[in-house]
Amino acid sequence: MFGWEFPPHISGGLGTACFGLTQALAKANTHVLFVIPKADAETTGDHVDLISASNVRVPVELNEESIEQSAGESIPHYETQQTSHIETLVVQSGIIPYTTPAIISFEESSRPALNIWNYQLPIVSTQEKPNKVWIQYQFSGSYGPSLLEEVAQYGTTGGEIARQHSFDVIHAHDWLTYGAGIAAKKVSGKPLIVHVHATEFDRAGKNIDERVYKIEQEGMEAADKVIAVSQWTKNIIVTKYHIPESKVEVVHNGAIQAKKRRNLKLPPIGKQIVTFLGRITFQKGPQYFVDAAAHVLKLFPDIHFVMAGSGDLLPEMVERAAKLKISSHLHFTGFLKGDQVDRVWAVTNVYVMPSVSEPFGISPLEAAHAGVPVIISNQSGVAEVMQHAIKIDFWNIEALADAICNLLKHQSLTRTLKHQSKEEISTITWDRAVKKINTIYHELTT
Amino acid sequence: MNSQPELKPHYLNLYFQVHQPRRLGQFSFFDIGTDRDYFDDGLNQIIMRRVAKNCYLPTNLLLLKLIQNYPGIRITFSISGSALKQLEVFAPVALESFKMLAATGAVEFLSETYYHSLSFLTSKEEFHSQIKMHTDKIQQLFGVKPSVFRNTELIYNDAIGSMAHDFGFTGVITDGVKQILHGRSPNYLYQHPNNETKILLRNYRLSDDIAFRFTRKDWHEWPLTPKKYVEWLTNMPASEQIVTLSMDYETFGEHQKADTGIFKFLESVISKLARNKKIKMTTPSEAIRLLQPADNIYAPESISWADEARDLSAWLGNDMQKDAFDTLCKMEDPLKRIGDPSLLNTWRYLQTSDHFYYMSTKKGNDGSVHNYFSPYPSPYQAFMNYMNVLSDLELKIEKQSKGQVEKINLRKFESSLTLN
Repeated sequence: MFGWEFPPHISGGLGTACFGLTQALAKANTHVLFVIPKADAETTGDHVDLISASNVRVPVELNEESIEQSAGESIPHYETQQTSHIETLVVQSGIIPYTTPAIISFEESSRPALNIWNYQLPIVSTQEKPNKVWIQYQFSGSYGPSLLEEVAQYGTTGGEIARQHSFDVIHAHDWLTYGAGIAAKKVSGKPLIVHVHATEFDRAGKNIDERVYKIEQEGMEAADKVIAVSQWTKNIIVTKYHIPESKVEVVHNGAIQAKKRRNLKLPPIGKQIVTFLGRITFQKGPQYFVDAAAHVLKLFPDIHFVMAGSGDLLPEMVERAAKLKISSHLHFTGFLKGDQVDRVWAVTNVYVMPSVSEPFGISPLEAAHAGVPVIISNQSGVAEVMQHAIKIDFWNIEALADAICNLLKHQSLTRTLKHQSKEEISTITWDRAVKKINTIYHELTT
Repeated sequence: MNSQPELKPHYLNLYFQVHQPRRLGQFSFFDIGTDRDYFDDGLNQIIMRRVAKNCYLPTNLLLLKLIQNYPGIRITFSISGSALKQLEVFAPVALESFKMLAATGAVEFLSETYYHSLSFLTSKEEFHSQIKMHTDKIQQLFGVKPSVFRNTELIYNDAIGSMAHDFGFTGVITDGVKQILHGRSPNYLYQHPNNETKILLRNYRLSDDIAFRFTRKDWHEWPLTPKKYVEWLTNMPASEQIVTLSMDYETFGEHQKADTGIFKFLESVISKLARNKKIKMTTPSEAIRLLQPADNIYAPESISWADEARDLSAWLGNDMQKDAFDTLCKMEDPLKRIGDPSLLNTWRYLQTSDHFYYMSTKKGNDGSVHNYFSPYPSPYQAFMNYMNVLSDLELKIEKQSKGQVEKINLRKFESSLTLN
């Protein structure tokens, strides 16, 4: 399995999903070898065998500069951390699919990967490489500027790992890892599954990066099976990437049943709080939240709103709130870490996810788990599995404001949603997803 | 008959601004309601001590020596209350040296708002309280009572001029910007259109030659020698009355470090001026006594010495700054009803103009000056941090207001008992 991130170094849903998925696979006795760009002591892969691709040496043709650096190192080796049923390989990488302009950094600088999201691709130049030696790619495991080059490097490493390991199926998560998946398939001849957690159209809207699109399409075409996290995503794969419908299987994500924390110290900003939690990027529709807040405040001037998270649209949202003169009632928290997410859930009365295009969206499940009623957009995968939520179209600010007001006003509605959704999410599990995935594995290998 | 015309000297007013804000610490959303301190006085101490060492102490010493040698020297200071307080606590030796300067009798102190605030916009009452606090502090420390007012960052308009008059000041200093001069020279004493308040105007070109351009190697006058600079001052038209030079005191040794030669320049310029018969150094109150106003100055719109626009846009230019300031102002009434002196003091420290200055989103030259002074990586963080602090203060106000209501109810209850 080729992944990109693994807890605790995650910047979004991908790491969480891979964690939940591999945990459930281990439970179902499926042996997983998990490759990530870079792991350290904090990476929590107790249930998997982690391989750090940074430690994998691969033969490549190099220019002279690089030869000097790697002179004397010619034996390929890598490290694995073997535990139970899943092995994880860690690949060093500096891939940066998501970068944010310099903003919002009260966060520790030691974890830059956590603040950056929107990707930017560098222009990659090709060089003549006259010699061939063994080198070790230094991957940062974050989302840095020399992206395309590093995706290619990760790919090369993928082929090398395939040579040195035996396995039955290759499972690659999102476009960053497709190259590695394809290389592994070429080397081993084993079937390839690409798992689409998000597409370029979700992340970028209309202004897609053609190079990313091409990598995604190549991955889907080379794959024996494509897994989409929702019907919403499957539709995009079929219509925008021209993949035959029969090749795409929908497997909804599960929710991780986190332990409920007690004795949380809460910011007592107000009696009733409406929350947005996620990356503050185009995809998540933060501006609809801000506009709806202004609407609601006209009727309920004592409500407080929290916009939790970071992203390239944060400055714009701060300015938008100031322009609407609601800054004293709309609080920006920056990127949340540690128990801060739980602390936000603990004070939240209504959670809103107004995503413009959300392949799945795991936060509403987390909110429901924490006993918070949710409003989600119809343009999200989670809307397909969650019946006990209020669903609106992301652009319909009045409907959103109306839903918020109703939830704040009618305790009966709130109580019903809380109760029903909590029950509902106990059935939306990774075990259920893994049942489907194991069936796909089985079909591909027999 | 003497064929030579009588030599009428030009007056020169040299005024230095001393200010240090009380900077906020990191105050996150999760700190709201936790009793965490708003101010990073550790950082404030480090900065105050650094500036005292680089600027206040060496420059004061230099001025003291010069005043001993040349009795004609006159210097004017305006020191904000927040700077005075920090000098007292963090750099008492530097404060002593200011007191020594005061004791020479050659130094005048101006009045300003204690908190270096925009309180002229909050309410006249608040504005007056902060000016009174500052005057009291100056009297307590230096034994003199200021009679001339300078508003925060030289912000001025007709209404401020009227208020200064109402508060008993004889004059005001502001910037000699083109919006109010309409082609006239700044080198005269002017007067408010509706009252007796005299207006002294800073000559910003000659002031900025020292404050900004002294170290600019791409400036066609670089290097600026004391001789050249004093020549510029002495060569002004015979009819002109007074040049006001004013700049941040931190120009000497902090903004421009000692190795730029700024101290030698200052020493040489002042001693040359002290020896020059064509120029007489003076203080604002003396100039107002001696000179006749040349004309009226109308300022319907606010002006200031900041940024290229020279208006309020450095502090209230964008929506964030306006929203933050409005939120702050709304707290005045509830705070004054509660009457807790410590909360009121905190609220007033939050009025310091620097907090709003850090939220500026201006680009270009203005933007880089804002960045130089800001402890934040971006104006958005400055804003979010500040708003978190305001949210916390609002909670404290709410809590105290509730307590107060309960007390009143109890009193009612008690009085009804005695009645029966």
